[in-house]
Amino acid sequence: MSEHILTICYLLASVTFILGLKMLSHPTTARKGNLVAAAGMSIAIFATIFLYRDEEQARLHNYGWIFAGLLIGAIIGTLAAKKVKMTAMPEMVSLFNGMGGACAALISLVEFNHLSDEITLTGISTGHTGKVLIIVLGLIIGSVSFAGSMIAWGKLNGKVKDVSFPGLNLINIGMLLVALGAGAWLITDPAQPMLLYGILAVSLLYGVLFVMPIGGADMPVVISLLNSFTGVAAACGGFLYNNKVMLTGGILVGAAGTLLTILMCKAMNRSLQNVLIGSFGGNNSTVSGAGGQQGSYKEVTLSDAAMLMSYANKVMIVPGYGLAVAQAQHTCHELEKILHEKGVEVKYAIHPVAGRMPGHMNVLLAEADVSYEKLLEMEEANDEFKTCDVVLILGANDVVNPAAKNDPASPIYGMPILEVEQAKNVIVNKRSMKPGYAGIENALFFQPKTAMLFGDAKKVLQDLCTEVKSV
Amino acid sequence: MENVLGWLSENQQIIYIVILMVFVGIEVIGRVPSVLHTPLMSGANAIHGVVIIGAIIVMGKAETDNYLALVLGFLAVILGTLNVVGGFVVTDRMLEMFKGKKK
Repeated sequence: MSEHILTICYLLASVTFILGLKMLSHPTTARKGNLVAAAGMSIAIFATIFLYRDEEQARLHNYGWIFAGLLIGAIIGTLAAKKVKMTAMPEMVSLFNGMGGACAALISLVEFNHLSDEITLTGISTGHTGKVLIIVLGLIIGSVSFAGSMIAWGKLNGKVKDVSFPGLNLINIGMLLVALGAGAWLITDPAQPMLLYGILAVSLLYGVLFVMPIGGADMPVVISLLNSFTGVAAACGGFLYNNKVMLTGGILVGAAGTLLTILMCKAMNRSLQNVLIGSFGGNNSTVSGAGGQQGSYKEVTLSDAAMLMSYANKVMIVPGYGLAVAQAQHTCHELEKILHEKGVEVKYAIHPVAGRMPGHMNVLLAEADVSYEKLLEMEEANDEFKTCDVVLILGANDVVNPAAKNDPASPIYGMPILEVEQAKNVIVNKRSMKPGYAGIENALFFQPKTAMLFGDAKKVLQDLCTEVKSV
Repeated sequence: MENVLGWLSENQQIIYIVILMVFVGIEVIGRVPSVLHTPLMSGANAIHGVVIIGAIIVMGKAETDNYLALVLGFLAVILGTLNVVGGFVVTDRMLEMFKGKKK
């Protein structure tokens, strides 16, 4: 009886996963979708704990350990997820993704140990081909995902720098082949436990070196890819235990994650291959070309900038990563309100990939209660720049770089950008003249209608607020 | 050859599930707006936390004197729970931000 209930619980959970993902892809239902999937997950977890029977109809034991593990994980997970700043969200996703990968790898380790014991006990080492294949796959994919996610996490919070050297791609391919070859060997002869640890070590190293050369701006794409890897690793567990809910959940995420990765690349107008081995930024030869011949730029004082904006009819704010690091979204909203009181129309132009993750700016500004109608998507904004008196760029760079439109040699050529140069005046707030994440010069800063306003976004916005008030 | 065919028909249920889920996964998120890319990634991240079920099974089956299995299994349960709980909470926090502006 209980077995049938378990089957039904798993079926229910699988349906909630599909529904949840479906709802997550529409803005109005997204939040509910997340809760639906979470409810399904809880059902699956508790049904497993209380109703699971193994082949000999034995119930699970070690309940103390299981609940202790669940409790510790749940407390740390909730605290970490609640405390993290909005700007650090992608890092958090990467970290949790790594945990899932590690979990899958650990399952493979334990199951292989069981198998080894069985082999030494019975002396028969044949007839395990399918099982060993799944164990090895789960181990390789899980540990690559774990190591890669940890590096991605370190890169996003600035602890790990981009490292690349010639031949790295070849070394990576070599390591992957070694891991797969060793796996194939283990499948033909499973009675060699040390080989499994060798595979584990090579896979971990591969995960590290695979993410190492990829630039920080591309991390969301990489995390999404690793996310789908972990999905496949989870599905391996489903094969191992003939567990349908692990299988559906894992494969679902594997497929959806892969598509999502491709969609993210498309939003940046780049191919996945380009992201993974193009290593943007790291390659200086393509970058310096545009650097030398740039002319001079002009600076604007705070009071002039404040004056310009106070007497404008329409101001467009273009937020970027600089706004996010400075945590200046509230101050930005403040400035918007002050300008609004003075009768200036203020809107925001949101580039889909501004910041470090797609949708970063929407999330950030929504946190500061900026109203939804004021946020314009790229196409709408590009139609409105003509009518703007002032465009205020806050820590955005590559998404407003005209090189994407008119310099075929530029690494970001072809990426859709915000065409801010159509406005009458452009004020750029940056911390310095350093190039942006893609490591390329921005010709916009040297145009006659552009003025630079250096400084930390929050500080500058606060000063602007005071200045505008006193105008 | 016979082996492969035999394996295929023995596991046909699983193979059906895999193939259908690949299509479902692709169809279901096919037209997601770019604003939702990150929350969707995060939500999918939480869903692959089903791997926790494997960890629970490992833990629950481990003999009480097999310390290696106990320790690794325990670790797996913790990490899996982190993935599930953290994943869903982070996603909810991201989407909370979107709710306000819809009004």
